[in-house]
Amino acid sequence: MAATAYSTGLHAEPLIAYPSASVREPMAQLRDVTKRYGQVTALHHLDLSLYPGEVVALLGPNGAGKTTAVRLLLGLIAPGSGTAEVMGANPRDSETRTHIGAMLQVTRVPETLRVREHIDMFRSYYPMPLSADEIVRIARLEGLENTFFGKLSGGQKQRVLFGLALAGNPSLVILDEPTVGMDIESRRALWEQIRWLAAQGKTVLLTTHYLEEADALSSRIVVIGKGKVLAEGTPTEIKHRVAGRRIRCITELDLGFLRGLPSVMSVEQDREAVIVTATETERVVHELLRNDPLLRGLEVSAPALEDAFLALTQQESY
Amino acid sequence: MATATIAVRPQTLGWSYYTHVIAQETRYEFLKLFRAKAFSFSVIGFPVMFYAIFGLTNHHIEYARYLLASYSCFGMFGSALFGLGAGVAMERAQGWLELKQASPMPRIVYLAAKTITCAAIAMITVGILLAMGLTMGGVTMSVVEMLELIGVTLAGAIPFAAMGLLISFVLPPNAGAGMINIIYLPMSFASGLWMPISILPHWIQKIAPTLPTYHYAQLALNIFGYAQPGTSMTLHWEALLGFTCLLLGVAWLVFTRSEAKA
Repeated sequence: MAATAYSTGLHAEPLIAYPSASVREPMAQLRDVTKRYGQVTALHHLDLSLYPGEVVALLGPNGAGKTTAVRLLLGLIAPGSGTAEVMGANPRDSETRTHIGAMLQVTRVPETLRVREHIDMFRSYYPMPLSADEIVRIARLEGLENTFFGKLSGGQKQRVLFGLALAGNPSLVILDEPTVGMDIESRRALWEQIRWLAAQGKTVLLTTHYLEEADALSSRIVVIGKGKVLAEGTPTEIKHRVAGRRIRCITELDLGFLRGLPSVMSVEQDREAVIVTATETERVVHELLRNDPLLRGLEVSAPALEDAFLALTQQESY
Repeated sequence: MATATIAVRPQTLGWSYYTHVIAQETRYEFLKLFRAKAFSFSVIGFPVMFYAIFGLTNHHIEYARYLLASYSCFGMFGSALFGLGAGVAMERAQGWLELKQASPMPRIVYLAAKTITCAAIAMITVGILLAMGLTMGGVTMSVVEMLELIGVTLAGAIPFAAMGLLISFVLPPNAGAGMINIIYLPMSFASGLWMPISILPHWIQKIAPTLPTYHYAQLALNIFGYAQPGTSMTLHWEALLGFTCLLLGVAWLVFTRSEAKA
């Protein structure tokens, strides 16, 4: 699947070819990487593989090592031990970087250049760039080509940075907190563009603070904390790390009674309603309805990714 | 499965890539800097304004000739310190340099583009100074002298780009132009860029030879015969070369140490 998706990349000419469709060779990987900054260990024997065509979200609290992992894959720093590889080569080499596009957290971009000029400049860094028109179209910068960067709104600036990440028609796109500081509307718009990238067969690595974003975009989530992988899997798999589902309802039943029901893990009051977390949800709902015919506002939901994330990262903390 | 690997078409970056990327990077570096009014007004404006005040209003052809040479050096010095020194420091602090480093553009292209841009900005200054001197200051010179002045001024691009680079590494990220002025102004003064070194206090004359700008100015002044008597031009060239190596060496040292920490 990845193989066919790849050959229809943005560019007419595919940069890479797969010998067979069943190949699962990583597009990029960190192998047993340890990276120290003085006394602080940023990454501790970390393994991370990105496979062709997948969108991987790298999640973790501040200081977990997300940025260090990104900088290693971009070849901005070298691992202390272990290896960082992109397409089987060292990302410290310029040749390797021709396959990578990056959107990093830039506090200020030169403001006296026009959008068109920034795009033209970044295109020149790559041997086989996308056309300027294509970049403008993909990053939705139509009508802004001649605007000075300094005159753009926050969301528009992020879109330019997104466009610059695609300038070289990369196979691997690394987005470090791409939607930080964006309003909801522009965030959703950028999500669409990231989905579109994935549909083109690009491999995308995304770091984010927004769990909703990881949930909405990624095919795989890697949760890291203190420089180690704590969990990885699809968003659903990660959510299932937290046992039980949540039942929310408005009931006259006593909290003590609710706690006594089979498989109930916790009961909490939430304004006029109660939230019961249980593993055997159906049984509990049955009991509830049997004991309180006036029960209303019943909702059953899977745990949010946020709960799973908190559970995962807190386990490790102390 | 062990034999299956992702086949990357070799992408060696050839000459056409390098010439294209350096041309584009220089072009946009120039536009970026030239359009930044705070930069162009001060870096081009200061020497031009000083020349108008001290070089032209005296109706003294000797002054006009002397200052034409020294303010040309002053223009190059300022362009390199602010264009490259402050420029790299700022782009580093803002994360813009990191984004460029993550691209395949070689580092040397980034530095070369900035150096060429600073030289180009200095050439604008020299052009304006020449036009003022020749039309309003009563300065006369041969074509050879003019070419020599341009050549010597351009030669300053390398040592002062090296100085700018070192400054960008050691400067606190958001120190800005203020810190550079602390180097720029006293050094220009003590090297005789504003007034002949012979009329400066004796102790300044003593320390001047320890400054690269002094040797640079002597080379430019020598074109019109204003170099300090008894000094050898070969020595000044050697001194400038020595300073370049020293500055680049220290810059390299600071850079590799910060890389090791990063």
